[in-house]
Amino acid sequence: MNALLPGQPTDESTNPMIASSEPPPAVEVLSAEKVFSNGTRGLAPISLNIAEGEFLTLIGPSGCGKSTLLKLIANLIEPSDGRLLWWRGDFTQVGREGRRFAFVFQEPTLMPWARVDANVRLPLELANVSAAAAAPVVADAIERVGLSAFARHFPRQLSGGMKMRVSIARALATNPNLLLMDEPFGALDEFTRNKLDADLVRLWWERKLTNVFVTHSIYEAVFLSTRIIVMAANPGRIFRTMTIDQPQPRDEGFRDSPKFAAYCRELSTWLAEASLPSATGATS
Amino acid sequence: MKPLLQSEAFVRIAAPLAVGVVLFALWETGCRLASVPVYLFPKPSDIFSSLIHNGPSLLRALMVTLRVTLQAFAAAVVLGTLIAFMFVQSRAIEVSLFPYAVLLQVTPVVAIAPLIIILVKNTQASLTICATLVALFPIISNTTLGLRSVDPGLANYFRMNRAGRLKTLVKLRIPGALPYFFGGLRISSGLALIGAVVAEFVAGTGGRSSGLAYEILDAGFTLDIPRMFAALFLITLTGVALFAAMVVLSRLALSNWHESEIGAQT
Repeated sequence: MNALLPGQPTDESTNPMIASSEPPPAVEVLSAEKVFSNGTRGLAPISLNIAEGEFLTLIGPSGCGKSTLLKLIANLIEPSDGRLLWWRGDFTQVGREGRRFAFVFQEPTLMPWARVDANVRLPLELANVSAAAAAPVVADAIERVGLSAFARHFPRQLSGGMKMRVSIARALATNPNLLLMDEPFGALDEFTRNKLDADLVRLWWERKLTNVFVTHSIYEAVFLSTRIIVMAANPGRIFRTMTIDQPQPRDEGFRDSPKFAAYCRELSTWLAEASLPSATGATS
Repeated sequence: MKPLLQSEAFVRIAAPLAVGVVLFALWETGCRLASVPVYLFPKPSDIFSSLIHNGPSLLRALMVTLRVTLQAFAAAVVLGTLIAFMFVQSRAIEVSLFPYAVLLQVTPVVAIAPLIIILVKNTQASLTICATLVALFPIISNTTLGLRSVDPGLANYFRMNRAGRLKTLVKLRIPGALPYFFGGLRISSGLALIGAVVAEFVAGTGGRSSGLAYEILDAGFTLDIPRMFAALFLITLTGVALFAAMVVLSRLALSNWHESEIGAQT
């Protein structure tokens, strides 16, 4: 129970046993490192187990490689050394039922010429799902993000927060098990962000998702996560890990609790420490 | 009175119309006061009466020119789009063929028209070929640009979802290219008309073709200056009508989402 005292830094790379008592891993990062073609060390060898049902957040100063790590997990880039396992297998079996993932970008990246429902249907169309089979799935995904009334709107008619909801609905339409999100709410105002965070936690809890989330916001990280990985730059590495053992699903009440404040204070101190050895890296 | 003047749509039509009326009035009174002879510079009323008087023959000529123009425009759209699709399939194809597209564009149609008219027996066909050559380039360059201007985030999304070449083309590249394509259509429609008229001029008064350019040439030989102006008026009218048609088409296709057309209907 290190709930109230989240101190105790855990170094994942020297403690691979940490996940053995937990649910089966969704993703295992096995001393994967990334050296970019210009010679920059984006990521020092990192080992990390992401358990099923976990809400893992990556946070750290710019250049700490959190986005790089997320891209490795999404198989958008290949590790220079080491490897990754998805549901204890290689990437070829990802995409089967129960082993799906979806990626939510920093930008909503919607098709401006398509209405909300057509945007949400896109991944299903790309997977050759028939329109009839897709319709209920799409309607459900749009309802889950609270946009049923806007299904026939065009993206330009929506606010920034609503566009991001559409982007999330599009991810949900593929019925993913693993949801990878790269600072999805970074461009939104705080009020909208808090609302979306609360909805995201609910979604994650209801759908029993595994989430890997990249953010710059301490409050967002504490509110959402079951585990936070603080990263440091030069080279990108895991600095410390914080477990947030709080009842689920969390609501706005958690934000006002003294525990929330304590976690934030602690995380803020860690981040300051992680940023200390002059971060000059140029990744993420 | 006030609300009508404040209406954007009304002002848009009324203002240029008023300018036109004033200009014609000035022209008419100027010619009358200076008593300019009709064979030098006709009054608008002369031109109008010529338009009525020569109506049937001018209308026949208009149909000939319009047919060449529309055929050439259609050919340019189909060919230009196909070439643009080819260009975006591979950089090598574009790099090796694009200079020739430019070559086609910079060679004046007046210079190649005689050659084409000699090579192609059928006058109608040779005129259409000339006009197509003129109208082709804007379609190629605009559509190619549009097909390439894909939102990188969306392109990434399609790649992540393992979308094939055809699906990426149909679902991402083509819709994204539409605004550029319609821009090309507007330019190309006018060029098709110019190409058709220029080619008719070059083909000359051989009697085989009898488009509006032939009417102008013929009127020139017989010093029937009002008929010359009447033919010119019809050419201009055709060009404006084509442009307006393209504007309407682009509005119908894009008004829902593209910045250039949003709010255009209000």
